[in-house]
Amino acid sequence: MLRLPPFDVATPATVAEVVRALEATPDARILAGGTDLLPNLKHRLERPPALISLARVTALRQVIDKDDDNAVRIGAGVSLSTLSTHPLVRGAFPSLCEAAERVASPIIRNMATLGGNVHLDTRCRYVNQTQFWRQGIGGCLKAEGDVCHVVPKGRNCVAALSSDCVPVIVALDGSIELVGPEGQRTIPAEAYFRADGLRHTVRVSNEVMTALILRKPAAYRRERYLKWTVRKSIDFPLLSVAMRFDLETEAPDAPVTAVRIVVGVLGAKPRLVGKLNAAIGMRFSDPKVADMISQAVHSQCRPLENIPYDAAYRRRMLQVYTHRAIQAMATQAATSPSQPGRR
Amino acid sequence: MATRSPTTKSAQAQAAAGGTTKAWQIGRSHRKVDAMDRMRGVARYTDDLKLPGMLHAKIMRSPHAHANIKGIDTSRALNLEGVFAVVTGQDFKIPYGVIPWTPDENALAVNKVCHVGDGIAAVAATDEDTAIEAVNRIDVDYELLKAYFDPEEALMEGALQINPHAKRGNLSKNLILEFGDAARAVQNSQLVIEGDYFFCGTTHAALEPHCAVAQVDPNGLLTVWSATQVSHYLHRELAKVLELPAHKIRVIQPPLGGAFGGKSEPFDLEFCVAKLALITGRPVKLLYTREEVFYSHRGRHPMKMRYRTGFSREGKIQGVEARTIIDGGAYSSFGLVTTYYSGQLLCAPYDFPAYRFHSTRVYTNKPACGPKRGHGSVQPRFALEVQLDKAAVKLGIDPIDLRRRNDLGSHSTTINEFRIGSNGFLACLEAVERASQWKQRRAQLRYGCGLGVAGSTYISGTNYPIYPNDMPQAAVQICIDRSGRVRVFSGANDIGQGSDTMLAVITAQELGVELDDIRVLSADTDLCPVDLGAYSSRITLMVGNACLDAAHKLRKKVCAAVAKRWEIPATRITLVQRKAMDIEDPSHHIAIAEAFSWAEADHGLLGEVGSYNTPKEERHGTYRGGTIGASPAYSFTAHVAEVGVDEDTGVVEVKKIWVAHDCGRALSRKIVEGQMEGSVYMGFAEALFESHEVDPEHGGVHRGPSLLDYRLPTFADTPPIESLIIEAPDANGPYGAKEAGEGPLHPCIPAIANAIYDAVGIRMDHMPFDPPSVLAALDTRRASDMAGTTTRHPRPTGSATGPGRPA
Repeated sequence: MLRLPPFDVATPATVAEVVRALEATPDARILAGGTDLLPNLKHRLERPPALISLARVTALRQVIDKDDDNAVRIGAGVSLSTLSTHPLVRGAFPSLCEAAERVASPIIRNMATLGGNVHLDTRCRYVNQTQFWRQGIGGCLKAEGDVCHVVPKGRNCVAALSSDCVPVIVALDGSIELVGPEGQRTIPAEAYFRADGLRHTVRVSNEVMTALILRKPAAYRRERYLKWTVRKSIDFPLLSVAMRFDLETEAPDAPVTAVRIVVGVLGAKPRLVGKLNAAIGMRFSDPKVADMISQAVHSQCRPLENIPYDAAYRRRMLQVYTHRAIQAMATQAATSPSQPGRR
Repeated sequence: MATRSPTTKSAQAQAAAGGTTKAWQIGRSHRKVDAMDRMRGVARYTDDLKLPGMLHAKIMRSPHAHANIKGIDTSRALNLEGVFAVVTGQDFKIPYGVIPWTPDENALAVNKVCHVGDGIAAVAATDEDTAIEAVNRIDVDYELLKAYFDPEEALMEGALQINPHAKRGNLSKNLILEFGDAARAVQNSQLVIEGDYFFCGTTHAALEPHCAVAQVDPNGLLTVWSATQVSHYLHRELAKVLELPAHKIRVIQPPLGGAFGGKSEPFDLEFCVAKLALITGRPVKLLYTREEVFYSHRGRHPMKMRYRTGFSREGKIQGVEARTIIDGGAYSSFGLVTTYYSGQLLCAPYDFPAYRFHSTRVYTNKPACGPKRGHGSVQPRFALEVQLDKAAVKLGIDPIDLRRRNDLGSHSTTINEFRIGSNGFLACLEAVERASQWKQRRAQLRYGCGLGVAGSTYISGTNYPIYPNDMPQAAVQICIDRSGRVRVFSGANDIGQGSDTMLAVITAQELGVELDDIRVLSADTDLCPVDLGAYSSRITLMVGNACLDAAHKLRKKVCAAVAKRWEIPATRITLVQRKAMDIEDPSHHIAIAEAFSWAEADHGLLGEVGSYNTPKEERHGTYRGGTIGASPAYSFTAHVAEVGVDEDTGVVEVKKIWVAHDCGRALSRKIVEGQMEGSVYMGFAEALFESHEVDPEHGGVHRGPSLLDYRLPTFADTPPIESLIIEAPDANGPYGAKEAGEGPLHPCIPAIANAIYDAVGIRMDHMPFDPPSVLAALDTRRASDMAGTTTRHPRPTGSATGPGRPA
């Protein structure tokens, strides 16, 4: 069995204590569910001197309906299984539940947290291996080397954003709440992620994510998280697309007022698909919506050979599955009107 | 003779059971004797063993696929506190190999490494972390050599020799066998089907990684506990490599967490823990990482196969020609046998009037391939069964009918001179045909959905053991006493297939007791008779026969003791329901413990031994190699697979698999069904998901040596499986029983391939049938449809653009 490297463990009970512990040990890592961090430590991708466990920070495990602000505040320590079944979240943000319940397996979702999934390290077939394995290829930009095996001569790590929740959070215009020594700051999810596989968020190392803030929908909304993997369980996404359509009324043929499509598993950053304005004003039931958007996804998204599945195939499938998902949403909307969003 | 009605079948089974009793135990469903220990988590696997003062070992492995070792400096490791000993290839200079003719492996590399993951040195330290640290401090001076990942390139003139012990460069084994004039037979056929097939490599992926513990007692006895399926061969090779007499070594196999052929020969860790224990005087344990399991491999060989098959207009096979290149990896393992099996096991269930095969196994700089469930014959079976399907389409014959027309029948002889005994193949075909509603549904399915069929045969052990000897292949010792309890001693390795339970069932049947009254003690070379191990599906037939022999002798003693006291003939006594009973007056009975005590009074301590040796006369070919693959009895299988193919994504969904397997006689039904389901799962996984590959562009590292990247299907991916047990009892099997552990896998892959063709008209001749490959084949077919160069698929295609296809 692979062994963990030695490390100290701190067990603060409050967010303030977490921040103090982060300041006291600059290279410490935050340990929430550990389902991403611990395997990465076993692979010797990092050797932090200490782990700061969030196990006792109960304040991070709340889902709060902030009716005054018309928002929902989901604590970073909420487990993915809690998240996926939470009635409030399910009602207002069904695609986030969909994403959470597609992560790995039930046992892992019981341990894994929302904060952990937001910060899931970027993944690459040439990195997420044992140290012995990486020795065989001479390392790479992200570990023990200075070459990229995905993009020859590349100087920027393109390890793939593999979180299921992140594309949804960006599609829903969520915000990430951080607390650090200077206090609290809130960053729109769209600005939170960076195109750098080595450090793919703007969080600085003495900050801890405390919550995800989601504004409740102001319009009738259809949303969906689309994930494809070879297996029906356990895998990281090979295709990952978050979709959100705001509609004028609840009718299935209502005109589209806003659309946000976010694609994961390309490089380190989720890609917000642009140039979708042509869809605004079109009826949601119009088959051209699916045609137009799936074509835009195909032309703007280029999967790389950073994860172990044929990139050309994945690119082609982005179009097929996006098209199908939009069609299915339109049909579903026509047959069973979903919960109208809050106006 | 080949078709039997169900009534005659069961009558024959009773006859085979000796006509003594109705099925007291045989043919029932039993809880496995070790089930409760496993389910409650109290079974102690090898890694659960913790001995006082035990050290932990780690093996330093090569990151290079091919290199000379110019020097190894272990001093920095030895100087680390907590390190007790370091060994290298210099400590294991005697090569070994499970096949006595090809000893071409050293426990640790001697002067060169032949694949990424080859062991170079081993360290024993106080704990695992220290051992890992010590491994990192071993300095090796490598001289890198060109590595060969393609067998045909490795065979080229001027290629460097990979395996230092090889006798003919990179040629591991070259074999041509011809029966009749196959080329002419094919040439003169009314239909010739030619095809090129590729079977990618796959591995076993047993849940339990290999693990071994060694201890030397004060009298010098070396004990090795190992997660092995061949304690006896391990015992032999340990004696050879460590230069110890066999009587100074004891091998114990603790409960095993799966093997599937991946633990059927000695591995580096067993030699290393033994040597390190001898050097340090302390117990030593070594547990592989999952990555090491992938590099130790011994999985299914990649095979590149070219087949030419001739057919008559009526679909009768006229001749078969096969040319096969086998990618062996760095060592021989069972490769000599694999090369034979790639051709020899193909000659049933169909009658081949003429047959020629030419198989070449080649060394490459990859983890060594070996036996995986259905050793050597799953790959050619894929090719042949797809060939038959292609012929059926060309000739317009139902694929099941075409197979029927070629049935070899029972009590027959194959073209390569193997004697077939019982043969339930036609009953298997009929069972899957009926259960899948083949005729009605196949005619009605829409484009995108399809049914495919395939058949196969497999051996129940081999007539000749791996090393030539005249001793029995299996032996069992049974003791009973006045308590009514029974002890069964057997060298057989229970690897989860249920062999301990099989022994308990036979013993309980003969002695009239319950399985709970029996303790089976197995796979301990100090306590148990020699058995050759769990491979070639030999245990039920061979060890079962030995057990039946011993148990039957005891039964006679007990019956005689009772008969004497009741003053009736012994033939009137039966042992059932924990009683000895008068058959003619069932109200007249005594408790079995009392019957045992009467026998004990008459005979003294009650123990019997039984043994089994294979029939040798006229069971096999008279030509060179004609004994390899000859078996006392052959099992038969048929599969029907139903698939749905997504035209836009290439995703193949296997909707259901029907498997009918002739196991001769199901001694324990649930276990037989479990073996059938497990086989189907494994074949289905190989067909659609698995590929054990190294990356030539990155120095030959494994493409993903973890259970995350090596995508085995999960529970959620596995289709419903319907297991249909067929019983054609064989005179050579205990109660007529034949094997059920490996045969049921064989038709799975071609049945799925044939179903894909039936669904969408593409031939998947290369494995695996993953979505990109299927989609590429669909693209090709669509392009030729457009060009009008292919005949359109007969099924109604519905709308021209499938659902969800972008306009």
